[in-house]
Amino acid sequence: MAHRIEIALKDNVRDARGERIRSEIEHFLDVPVKQVRTIDVFTVDADLTAAELELAAAGPFSDPVIQDFAIDVPIGRNFDFVVEVGFRPGVTDNVGRTAKEAIEYIIGRPLREGEGVYTSVQYLFTCGLDLKEMEGIATGLLCNTLIQRYQILDHASFVAQKGMQAYVPKVAVHATGTVKEIDLNVTDEELLRISREGVLALTLDEMKIIQAHYRDDLVLAARRSQGLGDRPTDVELEALAQTWSEHCKHKIFSGNVEYVDEKGNREQISSLFKSFIQRTTATVRENLGDKDFCLSVFKDNAGVIRFNDDYSLVFKVETHNSPSALDPYGGALTGIVGVNRDPFGTGKGARLIFNTDVFCFASPFYDKPLPARLLHPRRIYEGVIEGVEHGGNKSGIPTVNGSLVFDDRFAGKPLVFCGTAGIMPAVINGEPSHVKRIDPGDLIVMTGGRIGKDGIHGATFSSEELNESSPVSAVQIGDPITQKRMTDFLLRARDRGLYNFITDNGAGGLSSSIGEMSEECGGCRLDLSKAPLKYAGLDPWEILISEAQERMSLAVPPAKIDEFLALARIMGVEATVLGEFTDSGYFHILHGETTVAFLPISFLHGGLPPMEMRGVWEIKHHEEPKPADKSDYTEDLLKLLGSLNICSKESVVRRYDHEVQGGSVVKPFTGVNNDGPSDAAVVRPILDSFEGVVVGHGICPRYSDIDAYHMAANAIDEGLRNYIAVGGSPNLVAGLDNFCWCDPVKSEKTPDGEYKMAQLVRANKALYDYCVAFGIPLISGKDSMKNDFYDGTTKISIPPTLLFSVIGKMEDARKAVTMDVKRPGDVVYILGETADELGGSEYLAAKGFTGNRVPQVNAEKALNSYRAYHAAVVEGLVASCHDLSDGGLAVAAAESAFAGGFGLAVNLDAVPIKASASLDDEAILFSESASRLLITVDPGKSAAFENVMSGQAVARIGQVTADTTLTITGVSGKVVVKAEIANLKEAWQSPLQSL
Amino acid sequence: MAKAKALIITGNGTNCEMEAAHACRLGGFDEARIAHISDLLSGEIRLDDFHFLNLTGGFLDGDDLGSAKAQANRLRYAKTQGGNEHLFEQLQRFIDDGKLVLGVCNGFQLLVKMGLLPGFANNGRQQVATLTFNDSGRFQDRWVYLKNNTASNCIFTRGVEKGLYLPIRHGEGKFVVDGTETLERIEKGNLAVLVYSDPAYTSATMEFPLNPNGSVNAIAGISSESGRIMGLMPHPEAFVNRIQHPRWTRENLPEDGDGLVLFRNAADYVKNDF
Repeated sequence: MAHRIEIALKDNVRDARGERIRSEIEHFLDVPVKQVRTIDVFTVDADLTAAELELAAAGPFSDPVIQDFAIDVPIGRNFDFVVEVGFRPGVTDNVGRTAKEAIEYIIGRPLREGEGVYTSVQYLFTCGLDLKEMEGIATGLLCNTLIQRYQILDHASFVAQKGMQAYVPKVAVHATGTVKEIDLNVTDEELLRISREGVLALTLDEMKIIQAHYRDDLVLAARRSQGLGDRPTDVELEALAQTWSEHCKHKIFSGNVEYVDEKGNREQISSLFKSFIQRTTATVRENLGDKDFCLSVFKDNAGVIRFNDDYSLVFKVETHNSPSALDPYGGALTGIVGVNRDPFGTGKGARLIFNTDVFCFASPFYDKPLPARLLHPRRIYEGVIEGVEHGGNKSGIPTVNGSLVFDDRFAGKPLVFCGTAGIMPAVINGEPSHVKRIDPGDLIVMTGGRIGKDGIHGATFSSEELNESSPVSAVQIGDPITQKRMTDFLLRARDRGLYNFITDNGAGGLSSSIGEMSEECGGCRLDLSKAPLKYAGLDPWEILISEAQERMSLAVPPAKIDEFLALARIMGVEATVLGEFTDSGYFHILHGETTVAFLPISFLHGGLPPMEMRGVWEIKHHEEPKPADKSDYTEDLLKLLGSLNICSKESVVRRYDHEVQGGSVVKPFTGVNNDGPSDAAVVRPILDSFEGVVVGHGICPRYSDIDAYHMAANAIDEGLRNYIAVGGSPNLVAGLDNFCWCDPVKSEKTPDGEYKMAQLVRANKALYDYCVAFGIPLISGKDSMKNDFYDGTTKISIPPTLLFSVIGKMEDARKAVTMDVKRPGDVVYILGETADELGGSEYLAAKGFTGNRVPQVNAEKALNSYRAYHAAVVEGLVASCHDLSDGGLAVAAAESAFAGGFGLAVNLDAVPIKASASLDDEAILFSESASRLLITVDPGKSAAFENVMSGQAVARIGQVTADTTLTITGVSGKVVVKAEIANLKEAWQSPLQSL
Repeated sequence: MAKAKALIITGNGTNCEMEAAHACRLGGFDEARIAHISDLLSGEIRLDDFHFLNLTGGFLDGDDLGSAKAQANRLRYAKTQGGNEHLFEQLQRFIDDGKLVLGVCNGFQLLVKMGLLPGFANNGRQQVATLTFNDSGRFQDRWVYLKNNTASNCIFTRGVEKGLYLPIRHGEGKFVVDGTETLERIEKGNLAVLVYSDPAYTSATMEFPLNPNGSVNAIAGISSESGRIMGLMPHPEAFVNRIQHPRWTRENLPEDGDGLVLFRNAADYVKNDF
């Protein structure tokens, strides 16, 4: 029978978790609650003696200094209501898993099959609320009913039934091994129904291609030789659906597009990916000649570039938007531990050195009605931030760089970008580390976690818009510790040369990982019945496509398998041989002796013809506000500093360990009080060396409202500008593009698809134009193309968004520059020209306008100035440097001043203006013109600095002052901004400080 | 004089092994070996062959049962292969041999929860203190000022005149004790080596964020009565070079970071006594 062990804090111990819940209820739900206390519950479903239970409860489960425990009697008392929240059957329960292991150490044997430990939390409420209000708290804050269950009892019922009854969330076991055949000789409507109801996300055209395959006599003959019938099995159909999903196949980026510009000129584009992204890299590498530093691009899980003679750098950024919309904590946690496996599974495997995160949310203070099924943005905010925090911190990878971007359209789907870089020896066991191969005969080995029903249809579901019936099964919870154990083990196996090939099990599960590996050598033969399962009751197709986390797939040569498995056993990692790689030409899947899928590799990977799409561009005109023509802009600046996109994110950033591994050089926060916002991060991955890795990013979705071409151009420039500002070298810098778009394919659901496609084409054109001009090769990237919510009546589409991540090197990290002004008397310079480019700015957004004059990037001028600036950095001439972005010059000046703790006197009349036009104070203060940096220089070095910068658009515009006032003088000579830096800082810090 | 050998144990969620090994080498150890816990359980590596044991930061077992609880349980029950020896017995012998143990962050939590710190004599291995959730209820990464108790006989902080500036990175760093008697014994024995303080290192503080977690008496690190076992929440291995300091671009700093002294003292002690 199941036992309940309840753990409560002693009466005199502060319950920080309870207090936090109480304040969140008050803050977010506006419900007053007197007190919340919490109790941890372990439901032990195992045959243990009373003495063993006591040892577990008193030992690992409780802390004798601060906690009491009770076994099979309730410990909670003095409350009005109790809410107990636990997981639903099959949901990953990390604490339960650790508790089970702890018991196994105590009893000296593994628990039996089917035995387990499950955890839940009790919240004891002292409040004057009724049952209905308690339901509101349970569903509004304590419990995500997709993955958790809850029970509420008032005090009288609790006493009457002697506490909560033990509940074991065990997965019900069904008969297994069933393989269904699906009849595709049906009407078109019926084909569509099969796709829709099976969450296959296949279009009618795609279903008909599959239908035709199963009408081919040669195909049928081959199938009969394996004992298969003429109809596809569910295993085959699911494997095809995963492989052909937008998520895995990138059909939109590989399709054909007819693009029509605003003048009616037509252009045929055959694959956006090939025409723009791949071609960018090819052109840049050609231009770099023998200085080319790319080692592996686009073909592996992540891109690989040279770091130095001994080491290579690996970088990848992924998105995990749809799962995070349904379960923000689990979705985001899975997102970060998932992207960790990409560089880890690149080449022969890389050690992970940092994470970067960018989140796009609607305002956490959103107060308008939301469609059913959408979680409130504050729950997304809390859950995503906590999920990524746990995933990153527990994996021991520093989170060094990131952003929070706010726009209320992200209520439709939040964007959760997680990036991870790794480093690997350039050569391992005599072979280049970025190259790997599979020989026929190599064994298929899966390591790490077990397979369950979690994450089924993740790949196909994220290839559709979010809707009322999005599948619950797609949600899962990551387990950083199982993954950490596996990566500890695999790095050892790598160095001992125990495997030939490694890759991640992500979207599409084994179907995708083994499917792609089979393409390397020409086939596979895999037995699903050998796969280790979390619980019985999975059908073969479920085993094949489950996206259960923390797994890697490997090709291990037979001669090495014993050593590989022995090392896994010693290090406590599960590793299982599932079959072998072949050169048969077939993706051959068995369940025991029976063949359940027999698909030609050529059909699986090449059977899908390109999609045909159309994009039609039109220029939209937005209303322009009248010039403000004011004499004082101090209030505008204060308001801008407090806007969500500009304000301090310190309350979030401090929750992320940005210093583990000891390599941190430029931290997220800098300045006299460690609270000024850094532009980019510098990290030393090799502690014996002062060579630095520099990472930055650019993102500006608001500009898409005017023109996605310039949105992309500005994102690229912003990423590079941030990177350059801290000292990154323009000679070794690579980019990653992450497109997050709303559905750009015209359909009944998306009547404006042609415009959205034109936006996508334009962003791609900018990517090519600017990366080539800047000399930035694209080494990896990802697209997520269905970021819409649609429930039949309400449609919310995100603004088209490009995240441009930049990674590169600085030869000597001791030359790095931070954004805080350093000393009174230092000369203030601005680099780059300012224009009347308020279109899409934070300043206009605060006034409720979009405008039209979006910032335009001149790559040639920018690159020249960045090169000159870098030379000044290398010579040690720069005291501080801050990038001008959201909020323009006024915001950058304020941030640099309050970070450094000194005043700043700036004269707008001295600011270089594009084409020497005359601009008013408003535009010079707040315009977001690209490629500009605010630089301070010691007066003793200013002559040398000006010498290095000669020929660039650079001007002295003021100096750092000994007082604590920011004073900006307008073009007419009158002061237009005057404020104490303490007040500016407070305006900037307050909005998100308490979240 | 023997070669000074440091051991850093990893596995099951330990994270700071590389920078700890780097700090040991910079501090003067001839060897700094990173060993997976499975190497100790398999018998391939024995504690007896080393002088300085580093239990570093991380999230052992995900902090799932409370920080370091599952590892304390593992060390208590797990036997090494081949011999019938519990790993804990090896550790006890290591301590009895007069060797050094430094527990940082998760390692400090482990030492406290195994009853090795404060580890009063004639007290068995009874746990009398713990490290629990920060008062803020949140994980925190920030730098703190630590006033040194110059009356302490702790080996690691010998010669520190005023204090140390180091980063903390934890969610469960609030030091609490089981009663006033324990606290008095810690204070009277000068076992509270480092306390969270003001930037001038003049006095202990309970004020957030200078005291980032609400620890009783602002205690950030303690040592055993012998002075040879020390645990602290801040990370000395994370500040051994000046460019790890958050304000290195604006302050004149010595080349070595504040944390290096702990490793240098450990190496000196080993070289003098073994």
